[in-house]
Amino acid sequence: MPDSPFASELSRRRFMAWTLGAGASLALGGCERSSTPPSTPPGAQGTTGGKGYSGPSVTLAFWNGFTGGDGAYIRKIVEDFNKATPAIQVRMNIYPWANFFQKLAGAVISGQAPDVAVMHVDSIPTNAARNLITPIDDIAQALGLQESNFTSPVAWKGGIYKGRRYGIPLDLHPLGMFFNKAVLEKTGLNPDKPPQTGDEYMEALEQLKGHGIQGHWMSPFHFTGTFQFQSLLWQFGGDLFDKDVTQATFDSDAGVQAMTWMVELVKKGHSPENVAQDADVIALQNGQNAFNWNGIWQINALAEVPQLRWGVAPIPKIGTQPAVWGNSHQFVLPRQESPNPDRQAAARYFIQWMSQRSVDWLKSGKIPVLRSVAESPEFQAMKAQVEFAKQAPYIRIPPAVAGINEALALVDRAVNLSVLGKEPPAAALKSAAAQATQVVRYNREKYGD
Amino acid sequence: MKTKAQTASIRHTGRATPYLFLAPYLLLFGTFVLLPALQGLWISLHDWDFLLPRRPWVGLRNYTTLFSPGSRDSGDFWQSMKATGLFTLFSVPPLVVVPLLVALLLNRQFPGRSFFRAVYFAPYVLGVAVVGLLWRFLLDPNIGLINHYLSATIPWTTALPWAWISLVGMTVWWTLGFNALIYLAGLQDIPRELYEAAKVDGATRSQQFLHVTLPGLKPVLLFVFTVTILNSANMFGQSFLVTQGAPGNETRTALMLIAETGLRDFRMGSAAAMSYVLALALLGVSALNFRLFRQEDS
Repeated sequence: MPDSPFASELSRRRFMAWTLGAGASLALGGCERSSTPPSTPPGAQGTTGGKGYSGPSVTLAFWNGFTGGDGAYIRKIVEDFNKATPAIQVRMNIYPWANFFQKLAGAVISGQAPDVAVMHVDSIPTNAARNLITPIDDIAQALGLQESNFTSPVAWKGGIYKGRRYGIPLDLHPLGMFFNKAVLEKTGLNPDKPPQTGDEYMEALEQLKGHGIQGHWMSPFHFTGTFQFQSLLWQFGGDLFDKDVTQATFDSDAGVQAMTWMVELVKKGHSPENVAQDADVIALQNGQNAFNWNGIWQINALAEVPQLRWGVAPIPKIGTQPAVWGNSHQFVLPRQESPNPDRQAAARYFIQWMSQRSVDWLKSGKIPVLRSVAESPEFQAMKAQVEFAKQAPYIRIPPAVAGINEALALVDRAVNLSVLGKEPPAAALKSAAAQATQVVRYNREKYGD
Repeated sequence: MKTKAQTASIRHTGRATPYLFLAPYLLLFGTFVLLPALQGLWISLHDWDFLLPRRPWVGLRNYTTLFSPGSRDSGDFWQSMKATGLFTLFSVPPLVVVPLLVALLLNRQFPGRSFFRAVYFAPYVLGVAVVGLLWRFLLDPNIGLINHYLSATIPWTTALPWAWISLVGMTVWWTLGFNALIYLAGLQDIPRELYEAAKVDGATRSQQFLHVTLPGLKPVLLFVFTVTILNSANMFGQSFLVTQGAPGNETRTALMLIAETGLRDFRMGSAAAMSYVLALALLGVSALNFRLFRQEDS
């Protein structure tokens, strides 16, 4: 097809890639359908992979889903960037995460893709497989980033799909334990020494119960019931899927143990039945319960409640090994229909700048991914974040497989049915896992993993 | 008075006139309804992800899976169809009856009538996101205002039948203004003379209602009934925002599942097939509905 305009485009790209020695392994699969450009556009064309920027003035579009309290923080950092780097001006758009991915897909295929975006690490494989984001190994190489620079291996490895890097980590945000100090004091518990083992935890709950307090409200929803279930599943030595992600294994003995523990809290009266979305954390603020396993992002929400005395700690080790659910925001470069080398270089510089200055971002309730940042005095001054960061070595995230969130939605259903007392844990987990297995097998075929 | 020549010229050019008047609508209908519908049919025969170059033809597989028990989609799909059916069953009677009562009240002469008309219609102008958020605050089982004032712990959003009661209740509150408005217009179309004649014949109020008002409203009733059924069968936002489909997937409606399948999981083929099965079911219900009303006529 030498005469088609696409072929000449392709050869132009290949030429540039070869001459610059970057991204030589252009996926030639793009030939199959002329409207789909090669899935791997040349990486840093004439750029330094983000080390610096010396091109003409450009304006970059930056998309993310920070609709909560963290929106104000990212806005501030972007403003700082714009002031520090007059040649690159960044315009930011914030969409709710649920809409973000639909919008991103539409924008990429209509040639309106943003220059930079942030997404969760578990969304990277799906978006890479769907050809919406491009590999950025060159940034990591140029900056000399490697696993040992990072506080958590999962945040670094999670950005890799099929051997190529698509995400540069910005942060980690695990689950942790919030507690209401006033409630603990009132019921004779030590507010400075929250329970950290399974036995201690049950004793504390019993003591709270003696004072008429349901200590741990168990959410039947994704936020945060599913996060709690996943944490416990890993603590009991189980995993969501088998090693090759061909089968869901969250209905294993470990899974049943984890779910049973959660359901028992309701049955033993440590949690009310039918807890609604977010009611658990609101109850903590109101002094109606004592403990809430919630995401680190709640730090700023709690800080805004006047007179509330609260603390944080790693979630207790209920099972046999430490583990906790977490996720990571990562910078990605969406695929451009017609890439502009200056903008690509500027986008790389922006990522590099942002990831180095993530300490400001951590104030929004995140923990660092870079060791250098974690050890900095600025971060060490963030008391609550530092507690959460103790969990970094054993944070767990879902496997890097395309379409994984479809399968994980079935975990939500099992949690919901179990915690609401509709089905016994083993039965709810078994049917959800059977369907999740169908899902991962279908996805394997669809995305060719 | 028209001259003969004018009449003739209208008749002559008139052939095209209706079509010219229809053209703008047909154009929009064709572009945004008919073509997408046909494309949807085409999509439903593939394993379709609009971003992947490979969209293998699967024939009727997307449909047959819906009808084979134990497949990935059939359980979820029929559960969601059941949820849609239940919601329609629970919500249509109050949405047909309550607005009629409201319309009868608002049709009377009394001071502040316009104010009350506005009050009943006001919720209808709110978007589903606002309504959903509002009711989530009111209905929250643990911290909601309703349970607070009742001093109860009713699981309004997390257990059955409460979740259905909540969803139907908020929908009635939200949309009754629209049906009431249609009824009001219908009531004002009933000739006054009929009421006067009925009064002369000694008809009581309820007899007037049964023999004058109801027959006079018949075409309006058919419209309200049909539109309400279709709207209820398209319920999505309320479940999505207030119950998140819980408990389990009991309140996940067909439209919610279709949106999840097509827009979250990017399985447009399956989602399209589900839409067609839903559309066929609704077509059947509407046909039945029209037939029932016609039979009463004869």
